Amino acid sequence: MDILRFATAGSVDDGKSTLIGRLLFDSKAIFEDQLEAVERTSRDRGTEYTDLSLLTDGLRAEREQGITIDVAYRYFATPRRKFIIADTPGHIQYTRNMVTGASTADLAIVLIDARKGVLEQSRRHAFLTSLLRVPHLVLAVNKMDLVDYSAERFEEIREEFTAFAAKLNIADLTFIPISALHGDNVVSRSENMPWYNGTSLLHHLENVHIASDRNLVDVRFPVQYVIRPQRATDHEFHDYRGYAGQVAGGVIKPGDEVMHLPSGLVTRVAAIDTFNGPVEEAFPPMSVTLRLADDIDISRGDMICRPNNRPQVAQDLQAMVCWMADGVKLAPRTKLVIKHTTRTARAMVRDLNYRLDVNTLHRDESAQSLGLNEIGRVSLRVTQPLFVDDYARNRLTGGFILIDESTNGTVGAGMITDAR
Amino acid sequence: MLPSDYTTSQLDVLEAEAIHIMREVAAEFERPCLLFSGGKDSIVMLRIAEKAFWPAPIPFPLMHVDTGHNFPEVIEFRDRRVAELGARLVVASVQASIDAGRVAEETGRRASRNRLQTTTLLDAIEEHEFDAVFGGARRDEEKARAKERVFSFRDDFGQWDPKNQRPELWNLYNARIRKGEHIRVFPLSNWTELDIWDYIRREKIEIPAIYFAHSRTVFERDGMLLADSEVVHRGDDEPTFETVVRYRTVGDMTCTGAVQSTAATIEEIIAEIAATRITERGATRADDRASEAAMEDRKKEGYF
Repeated sequence: MDILRFATAGSVDDGKSTLIGRLLFDSKAIFEDQLEAVERTSRDRGTEYTDLSLLTDGLRAEREQGITIDVAYRYFATPRRKFIIADTPGHIQYTRNMVTGASTADLAIVLIDARKGVLEQSRRHAFLTSLLRVPHLVLAVNKMDLVDYSAERFEEIREEFTAFAAKLNIADLTFIPISALHGDNVVSRSENMPWYNGTSLLHHLENVHIASDRNLVDVRFPVQYVIRPQRATDHEFHDYRGYAGQVAGGVIKPGDEVMHLPSGLVTRVAAIDTFNGPVEEAFPPMSVTLRLADDIDISRGDMICRPNNRPQVAQDLQAMVCWMADGVKLAPRTKLVIKHTTRTARAMVRDLNYRLDVNTLHRDESAQSLGLNEIGRVSLRVTQPLFVDDYARNRLTGGFILIDESTNGTVGAGMITDAR
Repeated sequence: MLPSDYTTSQLDVLEAEAIHIMREVAAEFERPCLLFSGGKDSIVMLRIAEKAFWPAPIPFPLMHVDTGHNFPEVIEFRDRRVAELGARLVVASVQASIDAGRVAEETGRRASRNRLQTTTLLDAIEEHEFDAVFGGARRDEEKARAKERVFSFRDDFGQWDPKNQRPELWNLYNARIRKGEHIRVFPLSNWTELDIWDYIRREKIEIPAIYFAHSRTVFERDGMLLADSEVVHRGDDEPTFETVVRYRTVGDMTCTGAVQSTAATIEEIIAEIAATRITERGATRADDRASEAAMEDRKKEGYF
């Protein structure tokens, strides 16, 4: 059994909470005590139906205001897969939550109300999915019961959205007509839409092929931690020196010729160690410890790759940045801390090339700054070299976060588009 | 040996993620510690710490907030495991906090030291200058926890501000804090109760005996079975009886309920959990029943 991480985007009005509630309920991931608590609260508030959104809105302020503030993580499993849902709020002020949820997602579900069709918000969610390179997108056209399960209405929406999606980087797009409230096409195929030839949403989630989404070509091993036991009593490990980390790309095997960055020195992998014994290969997302044939001065923040397939060693980055700070803006000369793989450095904004309108995809080249939830293309100068790939090639070696040095808050997320 | 079709099971993915988180903390913080109660989640967390740094020893101490009302079987297990690992254990005692006048013992039938633990925990973090504290909490446990970050920032007062959390993207964790602040780190965030049990089975990890079915003298309160013990204030209208139970969670004796069960092996426990229709906290924790936001309120104050 593997894991599928998916993000859901849409507002409460689109029936997102109802959809999640149904997936959890039908897969028996909602328990009786949770359901009783929701039923009790629904009754207390005089709601006629059981408000499944109460299951996902965990914070007092959310329940009081009837809004979702933050990304909530939900878990369920079927015999085929374990699922992790990043449930992200759909309101405009919470773009940063969608970006957060999408950053680790294998798949995104964007909900559309069949009556309302493709809204500005739907386009924004699809764009963010594409920007974050979520490999699979499902457009769930919900509330089909309210449009008489009309094939024509579904086709209209499909055509409109397909035309928009052509402008984006979406590798895999699937349309599913559903009614979350009644369960049509959620877990099993609906009898109300005989014209629909596809699978149910859950069937799609269970079967979508994600194993090829990882980069298994370009060996990237950011050194996270150096393990040196130096236990005087334990002679076996007295001279042990291992480089611990999580494989970010490629397949590493003992005997492989590898290069260390920044030194450029070449050596071989002597062994790949784990607590359970040595392994014959390591690939994403395994956390392992490499031993190398030669003594090289290696520390946290360094990179191990193949001599003939290296990341860019760059201090000048071009990146799409989503700004997440309240108050402070990103502008030329803004100084920040950048964390990229296991390396942390300081960075300065050289230029804001343009600000992107996430609804129209219009590029405003006259923009002077980025405010909260705004996205733009930014040039950064970093104080020390980073070992980077284009985000489109590898999300782990192409993504970074920006930290405000005065507040220590995480204020930006970046996706590298070009480096030198 | 791993298969060569590059697939990874859900337990391998969760373990790799947790190891990554632990190494990140060891690399970026000066004085981390790991909360170890002897409960199943902290036992799994401890095994992952062993794995993350092998063949080196775990590079941080363990801490237990001891209410003085713990199950003796669990304390015995805690001490044995610590000795096996040669780890350093810091015991932060709620009794000591009471004796020092830092907190007042609750009175009455429902008196519990559960809430008092927060003060003891925060005092110990301050005293030892811990800047990162590993906890075994999982997001599937409770709805306030579903919104918590893996690296969860705590201010000078140890408080959690759920509306002002740092965004957390990819596997990049923001470890920057000022002196006096700390980060609670939850490497098992994405695990479910069933994942924990599957992992315990797969890794053949020893757990305290009270997780398995055993005969015990209990009494019923609010639909929960509490152990009859001198630390639990039982009323005359709460008669005791002997029955076969096990514990799904391990906490303070005053607020941790047992469930009736005959599951005597890990396999039987997993079968039981897979079929159960009640969450572990709902079934066994009086502390979460106080109100809809009970956990959120305690977490804001600095609870685990």
